[in-house]
Amino acid sequence: MCLAIPAEVTELLPDDMAKVSLGGVVKSVSVALLDEVAVGDYVVLHVGHALARIDAEEARRTLALLAEAGR
Amino acid sequence: MKYVDEFRDGALARGIANAIRAEADPARSYRFMEFCGGHTHAIARYGLEDLLPPNVRMIHGPGCPVCVLPVSRIDAAIRLAAEPGVTLCSYGDMMRVPGSDGMSLLKAKAGGADIRMVYSTLDALRIAGEVPHREVVFFAIGFETTTPPTAVAIKMAERQRLANFSVFCNHVLTPAAMRALLTGAGGVPIEGFVGPAHVSTVIGMAPYAFCATEFAKPVVIAGFEPLDVMQAVLMLVRQVNDGRHDIENEYARAVTPAGNRKAQALVAELFEPRAAFEWRGLGSLPLSALTLRPAYARFDAEARFTVETVAAADNPACDCGAILRGLKRPPDCRLFGKVCRPEAPVGACMVSSEGACAAHWSYGRFREHAKANDNTRAETNEQVPA
Repeated sequence: MCLAIPAEVTELLPDDMAKVSLGGVVKSVSVALLDEVAVGDYVVLHVGHALARIDAEEARRTLALLAEAGR
Repeated sequence: MKYVDEFRDGALARGIANAIRAEADPARSYRFMEFCGGHTHAIARYGLEDLLPPNVRMIHGPGCPVCVLPVSRIDAAIRLAAEPGVTLCSYGDMMRVPGSDGMSLLKAKAGGADIRMVYSTLDALRIAGEVPHREVVFFAIGFETTTPPTAVAIKMAERQRLANFSVFCNHVLTPAAMRALLTGAGGVPIEGFVGPAHVSTVIGMAPYAFCATEFAKPVVIAGFEPLDVMQAVLMLVRQVNDGRHDIENEYARAVTPAGNRKAQALVAELFEPRAAFEWRGLGSLPLSALTLRPAYARFDAEARFTVETVAAADNPACDCGAILRGLKRPPDCRLFGKVCRPEAPVGACMVSSEGACAAHWSYGRFREHAKANDNTRAETNEQVPA
């Protein structure tokens, strides 16, 4: 139930909706819970709603930390 | 897939495992509870326990919303669906969870009740628009991740002036359950929590502060990919070694300290805490669930219909309660794998793929079987004279 998937926003639609791509699969979802969503953003998608934006810089930093920890 | 595959790298996982082995003090034991079913699933699926040294143990917690909903609320949903003119919409995971007398939403549907499986609250809203002559009730369950989507649907129903849409609200609160585990509501002793991933995208980090300040327990919020979980365990080991108990965030790519303020404001506008709510395995917990505020009572199925919640006991042979509190492991239950299997679940932990029993059934038992075989082979070899 709490699982969510990163999805890329490909198109903004009226009424706080957007098209997202999940590794090639396209879905219409609600972005009403986020401010200022832009095409190209990656969002955490859960039960048809975007809950959070994925911060590309933080993701890069975490991967660097993981590589450092595992050295 | 971007932001998924990078966090499943096996070589990196083995590297982090080496760091955990190097830093975990062999003279002490580390017991960490992963609260979320999503973590339980990742641990079982990727065999993460096999990468940990024997003195670092993962204990499965009660963070699966399907698993913690008590039988009495499932019975109430089934009764609601039987009301004349009612169409009940439910997330798929709830459909097979057994209520009293072996009944479930799926069986009620087979018996003629109008029950629809939906992926999103917006699907329930769409159905309400399509059948204006029927009362469409959304069976709302889940932690802080599913509550904002329920709130969005209610606000949309208000805007669209949908008079036939309501919500049977069973939304529950993560910090209340963590507090219950720490105050000894039958939980096992632990050294810290692997904190929820997506719940935290909504509520942020502050709601876990009591774990550190009142109970001196560290929390590391972690994503659901295997590397996230391994890194969180390493961060917890370091905190324990240093005698620290901080709230740390491994999942910074999606969780900000303040969380999603827009979602928080919407939830606060529509919902208020219930005085108490019954949890499977944890009993009645104060201020642990939400109900709609009086201003939104017209969207509250409990206010619109007579929804009686009658106390109902779990199957006495089922150990779901003890498993949800971390007191027992799935194979400790005498029903596990015998009469209780995913295709015919007796308890909720076997229904949802995030339930501890379903995760162990799908992945863990094969590893244990393989390990047992290895041990037998090793013993047999020892007995062979050189």
